[in-house]
Amino acid sequence: MRFLSIYKTAERATPPTAEEMATMGKLVEEGMKAGWLLATEGCLPTELGARVRRSSGKLTVTDGPFTEAKEVVGGFAILKASSKEEAIELARQFLRVAGDGECELRQIYDPGEASCYEPKTVAVAS
Amino acid sequence: MTATDIHRTIDAVWKMEAAKVIAGLTRIVRDVGLAEDLAQDALVVALEQWPESGVPNNPGAWLMATAKHRAIDLFRRNQLLARKHEEVGREIEVKQMAMPNFDAAVEDNIGDDLLSLMFISCHPVLSTEARAALTLRLLGGLTTDEIARAFLASEPAIAQRIVRAKRTLADAHVLFEVPRGRELVARLSSVLEVIYLIFNEGYSATAGEDWIRPGLCEEALRLGRTLAELAPLEPEVHGLVALMEIQASRMKARVGPSGEPILLFDQDRARWDQLLIRRGLAALDRAEELSATRGSYTIQAAIAACHARARSPEETDWARIVSLYDALAELTPSPVVQLNRAVAVSMASGPAAGFELTEKLTSELSLRNYHLLPSVRGDLLTKLGRLAEARAEFARAASLTQNTRERELLLSRAERLRELDWSIL
Repeated sequence: MRFLSIYKTAERATPPTAEEMATMGKLVEEGMKAGWLLATEGCLPTELGARVRRSSGKLTVTDGPFTEAKEVVGGFAILKASSKEEAIELARQFLRVAGDGECELRQIYDPGEASCYEPKTVAVAS
Repeated sequence: MTATDIHRTIDAVWKMEAAKVIAGLTRIVRDVGLAEDLAQDALVVALEQWPESGVPNNPGAWLMATAKHRAIDLFRRNQLLARKHEEVGREIEVKQMAMPNFDAAVEDNIGDDLLSLMFISCHPVLSTEARAALTLRLLGGLTTDEIARAFLASEPAIAQRIVRAKRTLADAHVLFEVPRGRELVARLSSVLEVIYLIFNEGYSATAGEDWIRPGLCEEALRLGRTLAELAPLEPEVHGLVALMEIQASRMKARVGPSGEPILLFDQDRARWDQLLIRRGLAALDRAEELSATRGSYTIQAAIAACHARARSPEETDWARIVSLYDALAELTPSPVVQLNRAVAVSMASGPAAGFELTEKLTSELSLRNYHLLPSVRGDLLTKLGRLAEARAEFARAASLTQNTRERELLLSRAERLRELDWSIL
């Protein structure tokens, strides 16, 4: 199964250091090669972003920075895991490198694939 | 977290970390059986403690540290025992076990350790079945029960197989190391064989209800990718990974809603996993860059790539596939390869040419009980309009396969031909 991991963290004023980039780069490379990481990207400051909302049919656009938010989206990853628990472990692994913040894990809809609600019927835990 | 949640977490952690813990311990204690026992002990401690204390921050490191402490305790006990025997002046029957160097950095060598563990699990002194079971156990972190279910064997049979395998390794004094030079080639092919066996067992289960047991395919893919990472200069490793990635890309397209198999030509190619195809083609490129001559896995991957690149069956480069089968037949002469080649020839030059080639194979002893021969012949005879003969071939194929789903498909093809036959009359 696949999971979307949305990483939220307090926005910081400084870009990641070369060392932070290197350790994260290593984890990403490891995950890509091993196959548990299908895609991942990191975000630039919210100052460069915007929120587009539709409410009661009316569209509004709010430009960044999102100063009122305690935590903002810092990036995302698409994980391949054989269970929700494995996805959680992968998120923990990521946070050990990324620092404080939260990963919201959401299972991605895959037609014909068991969701984590359904009992496992496959021979090997998958 | 509830107790069930914790157990599922421990299960996930174990599957992710078992190989590293067992590999690191084997390097220290030099006995893969003992290393696994110690790792299992650590798992038991986790099952006792984590529901109380919560999951530690770095569960892998926790398991390793706990297992190491268990090992130190064990060696101390043995040393003490040996000393007591000395004191009473008796002959030392307890084997003197030198205290290993537990301080040696475990993390640093993890790559080499994992590779050594793969080589030891797939050692040629073991039967292929034993190698597969041991590999799934030590490197995949699968329980005996899971392995038994995957191979449709009984749990005691698999447990027995694993115990015997460990004993055989200990008796043969197999070294925990990465073989070098000429030995590496032979040992590597043994590892590749086991990974491919595991993949195939999952991809097209030889018997039983489920046509695919995808868990095994994923495990084989994971092992292959790890091996490619650990032995990046071996072209056939990338060849095998490429083959498995491309085969796996069709996983969702090759089974219908009620579990029935869908053949390559009838598959909805939009459902092929493009990410896996890209990974497969990249691995194939690496294999071909590393060596001017293709090994057997690389050739098979190149054939699979021909299908993966074609957006429809008609777009397939059949001439290239025929020439790749020629190369494969030269490298590993086998009637099964000849049969596949016959299919490719039928696509490149027409069903008559292909059928002609299968005629020679009917007298082949090794194919006598191979259901795919009559299945292919049935297919080619259908195309040639020889429907009654085709029906007989499908019926024969159905009687030979042990897989329920496949038998249903073959019988339904025979049945459809019967209807067709009547409608012509």
